[in-house]
Amino acid sequence: MDIWGETNIDFMGKRWILFTVSGIAAIIGLIAIIAIPLGKANLGTDFAGGIAIQFRFEKPVSIEKVRLLMEKGGFRDANLQQFAEPDKLLIRLKRSSGDLRAVSKSIGDVFTNGIPDNRFTVESTTEIGPTVGKKLQRDALWAVGISMLGILIYVAWRFEFRFGVAAVIATLHDVLAVMGFLYIINKEMTLLIVTALLTLAGYSLTDTVVVFDRIRENMHKRTKEELIPLINRSVNEVLHRTIVTSFTVVLTLTSLLILGGEVIHDFALTLFAGVIVGTYSSIFIASPILLFWGDKEKLGTASHRA
Amino acid sequence: MRSIMARVSLLAAFTMLAIVLFLPSTPLADRLPDFWVKKIPKIVLGLDLQGGMHLVLDVDQDKAIENHVQRVVGSVSDSLKKKQIPFTSISAAGASGMSISFPDEKTREAVNRLIGEEYPVFGSPAVKDGTMTYQLNDKETTRLKESALSQALETIRNRIDKFGVSEPVIQKQGEREIVVELPGLKDPERAIQLIGKTAVLEFRLLDESGDVSKALKFGPPPDDDILYEVKRAKDGTSERIPFLVKKEVLLTGDFLSDARVAIDSQFNEPYVALTFDSNGAKIFERITSQNTGKRLAIVLDGNVHSAPTIREAISGGRAQISGGFAYDEATDLAIVLRAGALPAPVNIIQNVTVGPSVGQDSIRSGVKAGILGGFLVLLFMFVYYKVSGLVADFAMGLNVIMLLGAMAWLNSTLTLPGIAGIVLTMGMGVDSNVLIFERIKEELKTGRTPRSAVNAGYDRAWWTIIDSHVTTLITAAVLFQFGSGPIKGFAVSLSLGILINLFTSLVGTKVIFDIQNERLRVKRLSI
Repeated sequence: MDIWGETNIDFMGKRWILFTVSGIAAIIGLIAIIAIPLGKANLGTDFAGGIAIQFRFEKPVSIEKVRLLMEKGGFRDANLQQFAEPDKLLIRLKRSSGDLRAVSKSIGDVFTNGIPDNRFTVESTTEIGPTVGKKLQRDALWAVGISMLGILIYVAWRFEFRFGVAAVIATLHDVLAVMGFLYIINKEMTLLIVTALLTLAGYSLTDTVVVFDRIRENMHKRTKEELIPLINRSVNEVLHRTIVTSFTVVLTLTSLLILGGEVIHDFALTLFAGVIVGTYSSIFIASPILLFWGDKEKLGTASHRA
Repeated sequence: MRSIMARVSLLAAFTMLAIVLFLPSTPLADRLPDFWVKKIPKIVLGLDLQGGMHLVLDVDQDKAIENHVQRVVGSVSDSLKKKQIPFTSISAAGASGMSISFPDEKTREAVNRLIGEEYPVFGSPAVKDGTMTYQLNDKETTRLKESALSQALETIRNRIDKFGVSEPVIQKQGEREIVVELPGLKDPERAIQLIGKTAVLEFRLLDESGDVSKALKFGPPPDDDILYEVKRAKDGTSERIPFLVKKEVLLTGDFLSDARVAIDSQFNEPYVALTFDSNGAKIFERITSQNTGKRLAIVLDGNVHSAPTIREAISGGRAQISGGFAYDEATDLAIVLRAGALPAPVNIIQNVTVGPSVGQDSIRSGVKAGILGGFLVLLFMFVYYKVSGLVADFAMGLNVIMLLGAMAWLNSTLTLPGIAGIVLTMGMGVDSNVLIFERIKEELKTGRTPRSAVNAGYDRAWWTIIDSHVTTLITAAVLFQFGSGPIKGFAVSLSLGILINLFTSLVGTKVIFDIQNERLRVKRLSI
């Protein structure tokens, strides 16, 4: 089955508009990164240090009442989140110093005293000291740096230089654009989100590799053709598989989004956005970047044959 | 591996092996024969799925050095006195230093000679205004730090063993941290108390001649400390009673040979019965005989537990700590005293505790998402690629089975992100077949026979598949290196899934196409 027949879309013709759009997305992503050292980013408890406690009450609790109680108890900055079940409540509190255990306990006391007729159990507790948060931040930065370097080296080895550069720029664009997206919708930056970002960096190359392989192949077959129509032809030729491969992953991500539970939700959302941006960028960003090396003259014959 | 028979057998063998490997890790294990379940390594559930506690403790090594210097100062002072060297005063200085004041040059030389000969752990002193200040040398501080860490590790292991938790993980992390993982723990608060208590037990005399209220206002006399006894009433309120306690420590918990919880028959209250070793018993007898009528404070981690009056000399080396314990409290105190004191206080810098019900919920939602995701992909592939789609579905099934088998074989830990990784592999795994199928379609359009189209499709898609797998593997490897528990689980399932996918999607599907083309000799591929 083919959803559509052969296409002949002029992908390259729109490149300047889309470069602009992507540039803006990437800049928002950069702002999101710069916000981290400035303390303006929405860092999760694991990076910022702090407490997250999940309570389960005997009876449903009203979040307004809890908010009032927390404010009275001196936890004005507490972040409350209620789940699908109204008897469950997650409280997060960022703290970069002090005795976290004591704070956890006093939050429990607030409920024991404030709603004495509704008993609770603590289902999970996370306390991250500030030194640990700093260490996790450092580890995450290293992880991002090393995997980007690894991908760069591999792509540079497998492809001709200009292809490698284009692939890495497209991958960076994907990661930045998704970070920008998360920043705008004010999602907390957690370890799991960084994991998702790294995974998407690895995965978003799939589509780019597919397109590049075809461009290379056509460059060998059609030595007379100019680059712009050649790239357009290549992208059109592999459009089916580019979309279908992403779509199968989107299917699994959708089910993780719907059924995977609270912990997995943001992780799946990040990858979801990433897969879509990755597919877009392999067509509209990675391929036109090749044109920067001159669109009239032929690119030399590609060295490695895939 | 050209022959179809050989490849089919290989696939079947791997699949069987994988099933044999992972079945004991499923709830079906109860119904399997014993020898099977016992012999086979299993997939371990991570703390986020089975519930439990993950602690990172920071050992206060500076405090350990400070304590050590404190003891060395005492011993230097004794040696100087024994040699009758007339020094003016001696005290600890800073974190790892010792200052000795001297009246004249001759004394300075004598002191310096003694330190040089008997205490080579100190570097050469800085001399200023009649005072020499020695610092521990780097080698010694490094040694002390290391020994504090390994002693703390030993002690904590000891305590947890006595507390009774199945399969705990207790290990060093970096230069000053200890990681403790207690799966399936029921009472996290109690475990934290047990692990975090320094448990330094000291027997010290009360300074009954001193005035506590004056000391509270103007500070204690030079030889005394103000310590508190915390008395808790039944209604939850507590009261802090100050005591003036002499600095000199007569006996410590180091001399204990045993500590047990026992019940006081008169008040029906639990207490901790202490037994000293033979040296400790001698010291205890001497203390009690020399100080009859005085009050002896039992100090635990800087708090006075009780301060009974010594009625008579006590021989036999037995003592007890009583004072309003709950039974669990007394039990835990006995455990920590038996296991020994920590060489330095530890701070809990990370605590992740997951209740068992949360873990169950996570497994349930992960499995649900996996089933739905898998179903959607299977359905889509069938609708889009018809019979060939079924071939890809078959490969995806093999991929999941073999992935679970490999995880069991490697004894790997399954975490919630790990489940997400498995679900993700299902979507990423069929990509390989999509690439191959699209290529085959293209080749068919150029008029090739099914057989040559299939061969060309596999050949041409090969490098594209390898390239896209390798980049994902690079990030998975980095995540494995840098990630913590749950994320390591993700890296494991993703990378294993991707590796196995190479085999199932390339070898596993090719053989079915070959059967279609060579045995069934189909005229048209359903793709």
